Amino acid sequence: MNPGSGIVYTETVVHAAPEQFVADAPYQLAIVTLEDGKRLTGRIVPESEGVRVVIGDRVDFVEERAGIPFFRKA
Amino acid sequence: MREVAVIGIGKTAFGAFADRDLRSLAVEAGQKCLADAHVKPSQVEEFFLGNFAGPSFVGQNHLAPYIAGAMGILGVPCTRFEAACASSGAAFYHAVSSVAAGLNDIVLITGVEKMTSQTTPKVTEILAGAGDTCGEVRAGATFPALFAMIARRHMYQYGTTREQMAAVAVKNHENGAKNPLAHMRKVITMEQALNGKPISEPLTVYDCSLISDGAAAVLIAPLERAGEFTDKPVKVLGIAQTSDQVALDQKDDITILTAVVKAAQKAYKMAGVTAADIEFAEVHDCFTIAEIMATEDLGFVKKGEGGPYALAGCTRLNGARPINASGGLKSKGHPVGATGTGQICDVVQQIRCEAGERQLARHSLGLAQNLGGSGATAVVTILTAA
Repeated sequence: MNPGSGIVYTETVVHAAPEQFVADAPYQLAIVTLEDGKRLTGRIVPESEGVRVVIGDRVDFVEERAGIPFFRKA
Repeated sequence: MREVAVIGIGKTAFGAFADRDLRSLAVEAGQKCLADAHVKPSQVEEFFLGNFAGPSFVGQNHLAPYIAGAMGILGVPCTRFEAACASSGAAFYHAVSSVAAGLNDIVLITGVEKMTSQTTPKVTEILAGAGDTCGEVRAGATFPALFAMIARRHMYQYGTTREQMAAVAVKNHENGAKNPLAHMRKVITMEQALNGKPISEPLTVYDCSLISDGAAAVLIAPLERAGEFTDKPVKVLGIAQTSDQVALDQKDDITILTAVVKAAQKAYKMAGVTAADIEFAEVHDCFTIAEIMATEDLGFVKKGEGGPYALAGCTRLNGARPINASGGLKSKGHPVGATGTGQICDVVQQIRCEAGERQLARHSLGLAQNLGGSGATAVVTILTAA
């Protein structure tokens, strides 16, 4: 998977996680509008690896981790 | 097509009931409903069950005949409907279809959910199963996260504020405190609502509905026979069920619940009324932002004006158009499979003038709006005194 770059359409920081992601919380989730206009839901890299994003920020795809696309602020 | 009337309603209290199982809740609501209309189990010709996740929450399948059998309803069609948090709204829609089509006369619809036997992270995971498990859910989305992303976008596009969302929570708790069957009967302040523990930013615990156990049942019949069972029949004036994409990232504009807009338009057309005619409504406030969007998508206000409308007090018990006089999902509780039929019960109670401290001055034309997932199923029902 390489969805490339995109723009943050919306985002949230999840504090109350589902059982399988409790260890990851808090984590930032975003819907990204990709260059071809399609949207993809992914994660923003943890704060140890980058900054949190807001609507309108440009983000680059970093890598897929356990089937989850991760993005970082460009 | 025959006209259809609600001839009986019955609800359990909503709450966290460690000593109650799913079946006992559903049976209690069903029996109260049959008693309300003086109907015996043997007279019920069809049974519809709304339940989202009984198999996941309590490990029980084949739920419709399981519950009907425990009530002594045997030998008739018994079917479970699953449409996330609109499960019993969908069951009600199909039950009305059955009676309207002339297939059956006396039809019982029960919604039930037993949620509190699981931990909150497990409940969160089970509820997330109503989203796209190959996309958003795999990435870590929960339902609060999906509605938080909707809220962020609504705030960005229309300037909706956290204070406007908090006003919904304060108002619904104020109403729920007057409802003897509500899960959380306590008033909260604006300050509390704004400073709650974060669940999924910008939503705090006060923006989120409750994890509850409970059941609600409705009995319907052809309008022409309603007088045999009750002196207060309530007519189903309009009803529609619609759908949309399940995944939030597949919707063009997430600030509009398109399925709700379509369901409302169809229901208004069938009823021969407009949004302006609706005197009060029970709407699906799974999150405070969802109530704000419902007031917009049902056409009570223009898109983007739902926040100011809530903050101005227009939706309070003494406002121009009271919304969620019951306390809504926020305070009354949200046993997801019971919510759709619960809303019908609440609207019927107002029309019959039986809502006690919450009784509204104008109560002859009410609407119920039930939502599944982040808007993939919507059911809108318009009810009036027959």
